Amino acid sequence: MSWLADFFGDPANWAGPYGIPVRLAEHAGFCALALGLAALVAVPLGLLAGHTGRGVHLVTFTANAARALPTLGLLVLVMLLAGVGTLPVLVPLVALAVPPILVNTCEGVRGVDPDLLDAAYGMGLRGHQVLLRVRTPVALPLILLGLRLAAIQVVATATVAAYVGLGGLGRFIIDGLATRDYPQTLGGATLVVLLALAVQAAFTGVERVAVSKGVSRRVRGG
Amino acid sequence: MRPDEPLIRWDWIGRNRSMILELLVDNIVMGLLPVLFGLLLALPIGLACSRWRVLYQPASGLLNVVYALPSLALFIVLIPVTGLAERATVIIPLTCYALAVLVPAVVDGLRSVPDHVRQAAEAMGFTPLRRLVQVELPIAVPVVLAGMRVATVSGISLVSVGALIGRGGLGGLFVTGWQLRFPTPIIVGVVLVVLLAVTADGLLVLAGRLLTPWARARREAGEAA
Repeated sequence: MSWLADFFGDPANWAGPYGIPVRLAEHAGFCALALGLAALVAVPLGLLAGHTGRGVHLVTFTANAARALPTLGLLVLVMLLAGVGTLPVLVPLVALAVPPILVNTCEGVRGVDPDLLDAAYGMGLRGHQVLLRVRTPVALPLILLGLRLAAIQVVATATVAAYVGLGGLGRFIIDGLATRDYPQTLGGATLVVLLALAVQAAFTGVERVAVSKGVSRRVRGG
Repeated sequence: MRPDEPLIRWDWIGRNRSMILELLVDNIVMGLLPVLFGLLLALPIGLACSRWRVLYQPASGLLNVVYALPSLALFIVLIPVTGLAERATVIIPLTCYALAVLVPAVVDGLRSVPDHVRQAAEAMGFTPLRRLVQVELPIAVPVVLAGMRVATVSGISLVSVGALIGRGGLGGLFVTGWQLRFPTPIIVGVVLVVLLAVTADGLLVLAGRLLTPWARARREAGEAA
């Protein structure tokens, strides 16, 4: 605990281009960008596969295989082949974020009660209207769960970006490890955990606001 | 990396076969033991959570927090306790992640047992223990197995982060490759990690088929109908 006090109590750690606020902003920046890109790819694909029922096996298989990709290996490989930069660091993080979003979106849309769909079609809704007005809102809790799991993994894993010389909170961890500066390492790790918990809390909040009352009551009742 | 450098140097692989093999074995041990330990711990915890429902909310909250911890941070926190570059330093955090995935899987699996099945077992005079072992756990197998697949695949690939503290199985190849600016070891490492994970995943699917023969009978009946 005194190590943490050493790290967070030192004013030098709070100021300048290598201070905590700057590193935190860098870290949050990578993560938001990676999550956004992953969502842009995975949510429409998941909705489509779940809605049409086509390619569900392919989605599950791809997602499972992508989960096996080691982030560190992908990171150093991309850096070596494409050069150090912000864009290459996004490749492994997007690869990390896509599987949970894709699988949960697909399963969520597929798992919607068939009676509801019958009712929707019976009311004269067309296929895409059923997808957007019925399936998506009902599947929203699962879609948000996928986004949350992805966000947390990305926040926790973005620390390895520091290994190839990029910024973010991993800098404190890697530099501390290299110089045997334990307070710094532990401080950096604590910041990552706090950020991850903040992300988790933010998603819980979004879920409360975004999920329709009818849906959340159904989920609780069922 | 020089522009005339080939992407893969096959001779390097040949010369370092025994080292690669050693890292592969290390990766298997550090990737699979956490899932095994995780399952051994998740079964009693999951049973307790499904028997006493009040336990589940706090337990799943705690596991959610555990899931949010960066693996590198956990490795570092453990170094003073278990030592740098030791297997235990990697295995303990990975066991925690496996738990975070497996406890909800065990609870969901036990919840998937239909009530009428439970009542039938009771009516046939099964003691609670026998009912658990012979009826409830077998029915829970598919859901628990789905959790084990996720835990195994991500465990095998997470091991490589341990390379940053000197013990990462095939992850060691990533560090070597990066330090030498030499892509061959990195590619070998990535390919082997993915192959290892896919193989383990396939074996788990196979084990699931063997453990749930009734599901196959149902599938075949469904196809015939």
